[in-house]
Amino acid sequence: MSDAAYTIPEGKNIKGKLSRDDLIMRASMIVIGLYLLVSMVLPLYAMLSKSVSTFRFDLAAFEVQVSDESGANFSEPVTFETLNERLGVVEGLDFIAGSDGRLGVTQFFPDFSFRSPVMYRIRSNQEDGRFLVGSTLHTGTEWLELDSNTFRRVQLRPEQSYGLGNFKTYFSTPALSDSIKNSVMIAVISTIVTVSLAFWFAYALNRSCMRFKGVFRLIAMAPILVPSLLPGIALVYLFGNQGFLKELLMGAEIYGPIGIVIGSVFFTFPHAFIIISTALAISDARLYEASVSLKASAWRTFWTVTVPGARYGLVSAAFVVFNLVITDFGLPKVIGGQFNVLAVDIYKQVIGQQNFEMGAVVSVVLVLPALLAFALDRYVQSKQVALLSARSVPYEPTPNRRTDSIFFVYSCLVAVFIVGILAVCQFAALVKFWPYDLSFSLNNYRFNRMDGGGWAAYFNSIKLGLLTAVFGTAVVFFGAYLVEKSNGFRTGRTIFQMFAMMPMAIPGMVLGLAYIFFFNNPENPFNFIYGTMTILVVCTVTHFYTVSHLTATTALQQMDREFESVSASLKQPTLKLFSRVTVPVCLPAILDISIYLFVNAMTTVSAVVFLYSHDTALASVAVLNMDDAGDIAPAAAMGMMIFYTNAGARILHLIASRGIIGRTQAWRHR
Amino acid sequence: MRDAEHRPDPYLKIENLWKAFGKFVALRDISLRIEDGEFICFLGPSGCGKTTLLRAIAGLDLQTRGTVEQGGRDVSNLPPSQRDFGIVFQSYALFPNLTIERNVAYGLENTGRSKAEIKERVASLLQLVGLPDQGRKYPAQLSGGQQQRIALARAIATNPGLLLLDEPLSALDAKVRVHLRHEIKELQRKLGVTTVMVTHDQEEALTMADRIVVMNHGVIEQVGTPTDVYRRPQTLFVADFIGEMNQIPATAGGEAQIDIGGVVMQLASHDFPKGHAIVAAIRPEDVIPHGARAHEPGGDDKIETEANALEVDVAEMEFLGSFWRCTLKHACFKDGNLYADFSMNAVRRLDVREGGRMTVELPKSRLMAFDRPEG
Repeated sequence: MSDAAYTIPEGKNIKGKLSRDDLIMRASMIVIGLYLLVSMVLPLYAMLSKSVSTFRFDLAAFEVQVSDESGANFSEPVTFETLNERLGVVEGLDFIAGSDGRLGVTQFFPDFSFRSPVMYRIRSNQEDGRFLVGSTLHTGTEWLELDSNTFRRVQLRPEQSYGLGNFKTYFSTPALSDSIKNSVMIAVISTIVTVSLAFWFAYALNRSCMRFKGVFRLIAMAPILVPSLLPGIALVYLFGNQGFLKELLMGAEIYGPIGIVIGSVFFTFPHAFIIISTALAISDARLYEASVSLKASAWRTFWTVTVPGARYGLVSAAFVVFNLVITDFGLPKVIGGQFNVLAVDIYKQVIGQQNFEMGAVVSVVLVLPALLAFALDRYVQSKQVALLSARSVPYEPTPNRRTDSIFFVYSCLVAVFIVGILAVCQFAALVKFWPYDLSFSLNNYRFNRMDGGGWAAYFNSIKLGLLTAVFGTAVVFFGAYLVEKSNGFRTGRTIFQMFAMMPMAIPGMVLGLAYIFFFNNPENPFNFIYGTMTILVVCTVTHFYTVSHLTATTALQQMDREFESVSASLKQPTLKLFSRVTVPVCLPAILDISIYLFVNAMTTVSAVVFLYSHDTALASVAVLNMDDAGDIAPAAAMGMMIFYTNAGARILHLIASRGIIGRTQAWRHR
Repeated sequence: MRDAEHRPDPYLKIENLWKAFGKFVALRDISLRIEDGEFICFLGPSGCGKTTLLRAIAGLDLQTRGTVEQGGRDVSNLPPSQRDFGIVFQSYALFPNLTIERNVAYGLENTGRSKAEIKERVASLLQLVGLPDQGRKYPAQLSGGQQQRIALARAIATNPGLLLLDEPLSALDAKVRVHLRHEIKELQRKLGVTTVMVTHDQEEALTMADRIVVMNHGVIEQVGTPTDVYRRPQTLFVADFIGEMNQIPATAGGEAQIDIGGVVMQLASHDFPKGHAIVAAIRPEDVIPHGARAHEPGGDDKIETEANALEVDVAEMEFLGSFWRCTLKHACFKDGNLYADFSMNAVRRLDVREGGRMTVELPKSRLMAFDRPEG
């Protein structure tokens, strides 16, 4: 056969005609893709462009003339720059302003008096120079003559330009850039502690024959049900200024790195535990048999078989914990004290100082480590899949009295830590006045008397949780289906897949801030959702999109690839297949996604803290605000309300799953 | 094939079909005609492009170039839903959450049939595939063979003009496979539906197909009836892939002659110039054993062509149930062997034994010559 026979002849490739189903699926994919574009990509872009837009007072651009006492005989025009050189009113960083920056002019005239008959003339020598008289904006190069009383109301406005000026400012201000070091340090320490604790806990559950494994597993998962700032409140009660365990710290402050690390260990523990436990569960018993038959010691077996087998799980858990800690906002806000971290800096810049540009800069800085940890985690996870083998034999632990009891004691300690934190919050919520009056009272549940939104906030949260669960599950699952099962359209699918993976790498604070920039812009056609429940739902769905998407994708990939082909050959619409087969078969995964979204919507603080309005205050934000206002006991009470609600939701979910699966999944049983 | 253009149009006509996945060319210039009611098997090793060709016919993976015509209609660029076929996959692809009845009824819904009609049709289809009482069960409650029959019933429920079977028996165990291939063939004959089946199992292809399309590396090596491809393979690949074949290096001699290591033998004919490097080929069961009276004229045991007779050593004998596989040696094979299958009867009658000598004949009509690949 000649070489020519191996190459396709010149000509046009066959282009398939699209069926109605293809068109519907592509159109739907584009719609969901656009949703992700609007709810994530564009806001992030708005934030990025905000971070590189700088505002600066250009004193050389404004000129002034001053008359003598008679109100006539004006002096030669002089720029404010010249005046400033003489007086040094404005220096260094003061030139840098936010978009709202204003600079009063009277400070350039030491002997200014608003009663004086002296007249002033002011103008900008550039067309786009702006100054305010009262609230009236003046531009252009016309001279404006003002009496002294009016002149004192003149304010110069800064000039906008694009560049890395904000970043320069950020990195040259130690008060700001020190946070990077702080954040990374906290995240690294928390990661090491959490992963070690979770490893031995998972090891005890998977590799020992101790009792009460089910209870331990349940307890280990509890922290997922509460906002990350709740352990902070418990720590305040335990080790704060009036804490009864304060002496244990031997003079150290709980407010600061110690508190953040302990709290972070609490709220990241379940995440690390799940990942490591999965890694340990899939280990191959045959390797252990081989090790025993080679007469290796238990210690050597541990280091040559157990740890390498779980190493991807360990690394993956480490990245996840690192990411959670470095992006967390609630906990350091509550217990961080004067110790600055990046996520709180964003909040302080935006809410405290109204410096949106600097908030955007900190956001960009925060995205980088988070993005890196995310990318490495994805890489490691892709390796782990390759490690799984269908022929592996599951490891069965054999009883050993000594190690079993050691593990039991260890697990009890971890359980006491987790339950203790929750119990302290509940206890504090139910007493009159910690620590002076420990008698029982429900006063702390009168949320309507406190700042933060009251009971309405609690019901708003439930509403948000339900809306997020329903709307989010529908969008996520349908989107995943379209990506997995549609034909051709490879570019579109790749872009969609990329969009779906992005939210995981975007910290909640960053997403929330990006939403302000994007949706609060009056020129944005979606501006009307700003301040409504809708924006909270959209933001929360987007924030937790990736994990839901991956759950859906995994379930869909377990379906026979040929269902769609069979359905098409039988000339039935794909959407019929979707509703009659795909959804019923994937129902367990769909329920998992909805409970995941609900629980997270109940506990999330970071993204929504920028976006709630008076009518849409949320329980998790109320915890934060009540704590901020000093109402710590009500904050703990509200936090525990979230816990019970989530626990109840999980139980309902379990019952519902059993019921629905029992009814619709009869086919699973032979 | 020269007068292909003048024949009436076949049911399925594939012309100059190419398929590329990026740089990899999976199908090369495939042209094929399939007549109405035929049972065709695409046979070849894995990766030969047979499934790709089937999926192009179905429209599941469009070809890069070329046309597909079905029933006189150009369907080259149509999506599967606008073509006319039923399909059965190796994995059965039965909807796990629907009962057997609803699986079979799936394609009948929304076609203007009344509920009663659908019910009746489903019942008769289940009868047809021999599972009349299983309608209320779920797929997971049936055995693999039963599931595949349901998949078949679902595929033919709408009376498609073309039935595509993608390795339908590969996931089943050997006994079920033999049984089911007979049933599928029966069913196809009864319905008269044009059928294309992809398989890598030559036995399946030989027993079921009206014609076999043997494929390799993205090209069609040979198209023919089972006896055709078995008896008269056109390429060494086909000869080697289907059944067993002794392959002995040789050179082409004069007209209808070949030279095997110095022994000149006769065959029916060959197209090679004298001295061309070839492979002489003969199936083990075609080697004829002879006894002491082989050279005597007039006996039943008479050698047909004296030139094709060899005096060989019996090096090894392997008992394979219904026959003996004998490894025969002769100087003309150099280090190679000639394998021959002798019946129990012949071995007893001729007293063939390991270490002995005997006469065999490579009959002129069964001896074949193929171009010898380089290297």
